[in-house]
Amino acid sequence: MKQILIDYTLHLADNSLILGQRNAEWCGHGPVLEQDIAITNISLDLIGQARNFYQYAASLIGNDATEDSLAYLRKEEEFKNCLLVEQPKSDWAQTILRQFFFSQYQYLLFQKMQNSKDGQLAAIAEKSLKEVTYHLRWSSEWVIRLGDATEESHNRILKAIDELWQYTGELFETSSYELQVANDGTGIDASKLKEQWMTKVKEIFSEATLTIPGKTLMQTGGKEGNHTEHLASIFTELQYMQKTYPGCEW
Amino acid sequence: MVDGFMKVHAIDKEAIYSYLEEINDPEVPVLSIIDLGIVRDVKMNDEELEVIITPTYTGCPAMDMITATIKIQLATLGFKKVKVTQILSPAWTTEWMSDEGKRKLKEYGIAPPNPKQQVCDQKLFAAAEAVQCPHCNSYHTHRISEFGSTACKALYQCDDCKEPFDYFKCH
Repeated sequence: MKQILIDYTLHLADNSLILGQRNAEWCGHGPVLEQDIAITNISLDLIGQARNFYQYAASLIGNDATEDSLAYLRKEEEFKNCLLVEQPKSDWAQTILRQFFFSQYQYLLFQKMQNSKDGQLAAIAEKSLKEVTYHLRWSSEWVIRLGDATEESHNRILKAIDELWQYTGELFETSSYELQVANDGTGIDASKLKEQWMTKVKEIFSEATLTIPGKTLMQTGGKEGNHTEHLASIFTELQYMQKTYPGCEW
Repeated sequence: MVDGFMKVHAIDKEAIYSYLEEINDPEVPVLSIIDLGIVRDVKMNDEELEVIITPTYTGCPAMDMITATIKIQLATLGFKKVKVTQILSPAWTTEWMSDEGKRKLKEYGIAPPNPKQQVCDQKLFAAAEAVQCPHCNSYHTHRISEFGSTACKALYQCDDCKEPFDYFKCH
């Protein structure tokens, strides 16, 4: 049972770390200074969440595991993040849309997880929810702004929907470990969040003059360690130092 | 002498809080960690002094430095064993910032947090909070960005004196 809780905690940590890393790629490249600061602030919050989850996972694993060994030394197939978060940051529209999809998901997830039977997961969820509320509001406003503005911005967000929609199904696909933690009351069965998520996305899309795509073949596998080629490219930056100079410190 | 020292401190929570008051937040150095409201408790477990702190924001990079400073500061005062524990729940709120802290912030040029909790307002494109300019006290200010130089601040500008300023956002 302990291994299941470890897997679930790592899944939560990996989602936050990988999206935090992707968003950090905007540092110094944002469309305007204020939004550059906004997306990197969100990145910092996500990496903070990841640290809390990794520290907890490390305490469950014991031995020599640390937050650093879990983030920097695990292999690609050991990462349990969803495919959505590892996709390239692409243009601003794609970054915004991905953040919106993910923040809406995290918002619903952490609301439920606050009541987890596991005290530490509940505490991390309670803490993170305050910040995710900002992320959700900010990204919702940007989806509306881009969708309902110029032809250029509208077309860009249409292209982003086309690219990203196929990765949204996996968020609500229940993995083996999610099913088990949901059963014992420590975790959340993500499939239970789908309906509410869809309602909220429809609401924002309609204000943004966008429509939800029809039936789409959903890409999955990330939660079980089967990733797209993009995760490996993240590791060339994220894990480079620790792999080249094992144990190096600031 | 060290023994006498230990006995006094073992029972005197207030004294320990006063030592912690000497430690500043590295990112907003005008505030002590007591002003900020991040020290949640101080305990004496046998020979070990435990200081319990909570982060302002999840990703606050200052926490590691604050932890190290607490240990060093208390060690120099003669505490041989000091443990710093971080807790996340209940989650920190700007309601825990002291009035003294708010006064110091304003004097430093950062608008202190408004008293009402507004973080949960999910209304999109909502009007920004009315924030008082720390320089000329005008309420004619506008928000430039919800995110600022650190996780805990937002960027504002005064429409009267035209000075841009940081707002320690309510959270």
